[in-house]
Amino acid sequence: MQSLVIVAHGSHLNPESSAPTYDHADTIRATGAFDEVKTGFWKEEPHFREVLRTVEGDEVYVVPLFVSEGYFTEQVIPRELRLDGWDVSAWGSDGLSADQATLVADDIDREVHYCGPVGTHRAMTDVIVRRAESVTDDPNVGEGFGLAVVGHGTERNENSAKAIEYHADRIAERDRFDEVKALYMDEDPEVDDLPDFFESDDVVLVPLFIADGYHTQEDIPEDVGLCDDHTEGYDVPTAVEDTRIWYAGAVGTEPLMADVILERAADAGADLGTALDAVRETTRVATGD
Amino acid sequence: MSDAASAATDDDPAVPDIDLPSDAFDAVLDALDERGDPDEGASEPLRFEGFAVAVDDGSDADDRFVFDPAGDDARTGLSERELHAELAERAPAVTDWYVFERVIGEFGPRRAFLRWIEDADGATVAARYAALAEGIERAWGELTITATVTDRGERRYDVRHADDIGVPVDDLDAHADPLDAREIVKLDAKDRYRPLKTAPTLRDGWVFDDMGPKDAYEIVETIYPATVANWHREREGDLDVTHWRETMERQSGIYGVVKTWDRGEGHDHVNWVAEACCDDSQCLKRREWEYDDDTDLDVDGGDGVFPCREPCSVVVSAARKWTRLESEQPRTYEFELTPSEKEQVEAVIDAVADGRVDEIREADTKEGANRYRTRFLRAKRFDDDGNLGGVPTDPDEADEE
Repeated sequence: MQSLVIVAHGSHLNPESSAPTYDHADTIRATGAFDEVKTGFWKEEPHFREVLRTVEGDEVYVVPLFVSEGYFTEQVIPRELRLDGWDVSAWGSDGLSADQATLVADDIDREVHYCGPVGTHRAMTDVIVRRAESVTDDPNVGEGFGLAVVGHGTERNENSAKAIEYHADRIAERDRFDEVKALYMDEDPEVDDLPDFFESDDVVLVPLFIADGYHTQEDIPEDVGLCDDHTEGYDVPTAVEDTRIWYAGAVGTEPLMADVILERAADAGADLGTALDAVRETTRVATGD
Repeated sequence: MSDAASAATDDDPAVPDIDLPSDAFDAVLDALDERGDPDEGASEPLRFEGFAVAVDDGSDADDRFVFDPAGDDARTGLSERELHAELAERAPAVTDWYVFERVIGEFGPRRAFLRWIEDADGATVAARYAALAEGIERAWGELTITATVTDRGERRYDVRHADDIGVPVDDLDAHADPLDAREIVKLDAKDRYRPLKTAPTLRDGWVFDDMGPKDAYEIVETIYPATVANWHREREGDLDVTHWRETMERQSGIYGVVKTWDRGEGHDHVNWVAEACCDDSQCLKRREWEYDDDTDLDVDGGDGVFPCREPCSVVVSAARKWTRLESEQPRTYEFELTPSEKEQVEAVIDAVADGRVDEIREADTKEGANRYRTRFLRAKRFDDDGNLGGVPTDPDEADEE
């Protein structure tokens, strides 16, 4: 019996924090690729500490719904899941290349496949691009447009910036958008100065966050100048100085994220059948073909 | 046979008439086919309550079936049709086997929970089916689960808030998809977010009616995640309790500071945490964790049916705040208050701590925590800086400006 466990942060304060986790779990459940799809959280229930004992299957794939490798994926999650013998070197990662490690989880005495986070998988790049398509309602968006990927930026973990730059570089290589840049909330180059970094008249701004919350719904819109006070809301697009900014909140809410979760499980050996095709089909932008 | 049992007394509920469904009978045949190796001799009989069935050694003839009732001679050489006839007369026992062995399956927590609901390990099939025909009610947190049996021996469950017992299904929001429970548990009756799923604040007015066994379990698991798994472990004697000390010791990052709150000066602080956060008025889980292996807390763990095995994320998060607050040195403040005002301050604290503020009526000025009474107290006793009695929090503040 093949089981998928999606683990995410969740929140004590924000009821929408776990929404993407549930939505993507539902998308994946509908494909029938897994006999069960469960969700576990740091701040909600079931907690990381207890989620595995609720899992029935014997082939268990744990995929972190996190943006980057770091504190949670390397320390907190393996500790709480009680992965026997976990050491971050089991992933053999340079900060971007964690794929999977198969370890016994002590509280169920069974092996689980602990996968790398969604945010550093190459398929995540496609989700960022897909987000640009959905926020502009144009499956061919690119020419005449700039794309800004904005991340948290934190001195505590250099891997967080690595993920954002990784995707920004990959998108730039595709030569689809006129300009591509990685920006940050808490470090330079700052998203506050977005118009200074782009010559394009139109710029899509995609936050590399899993869920919508204070950062994506309050801090970033105010920092960028989409509104003076987030409670007023903002239009899509909104002009800031001479730049039309297309902004639609955390990339983690994009339905194609389910694809990245599946890719992580597939890389760890999960048998997906046609689930990847099914997910890509059902999450495609409605406009165009 | 079942009719004879049910005629024992007029007061006992009657065992309902059960039709043997074809999928149950087919499952018996499949189970018999899988049993034992004919080359090695007798295949192992398939046991039901009160009888067993088997297949004649090494035979695949049409009359290969053996029916062996307890306390009577076995009948051999039965055809499939004859076997069906025997089993149809004992449909409760056969459907009971089918439900637990094939429909519900082996997964420990789910199986144990659904068996517990109808006392499958304590009562006979006849007694259980009779009780199920009337509906067996069980409480789980704020839920009431009612188990019934159909005339095909299938289990059906009604899951609702305990406050809605007896309310007709038509008067409630009926749901059929267990995943709908996620929306039900998200907000309380006042539309406030519920980060703790086992807080006694589950909203009412909904029902999952006529659910199959696996769906019923999923609903309970969604409303109170992992509670069944932990309850099951506890019953098996396998619950891994992690006490306060050990839980705080393993915290890291911004929560790493919580381990510094344990200063080896007793455990009063944890008693206060337990009283604040783990009382039954705050959480339905029954606290099984103590200060450490050797030191029990002095607060009762509560009466919940499902256990709490370690301080949860809400407690850890609150503990972080308290760790900082509790590192302050106490001071002596002198406030001038009338006796009633002192009691009023106590009433306000009680009202907030007990979550009663919204229940105090607008014009009930007899209540110390009434809003007008409290605004009066503030108008009278707070200075322009918001200090009670004009007393600054920090003595240095008095020197400023």
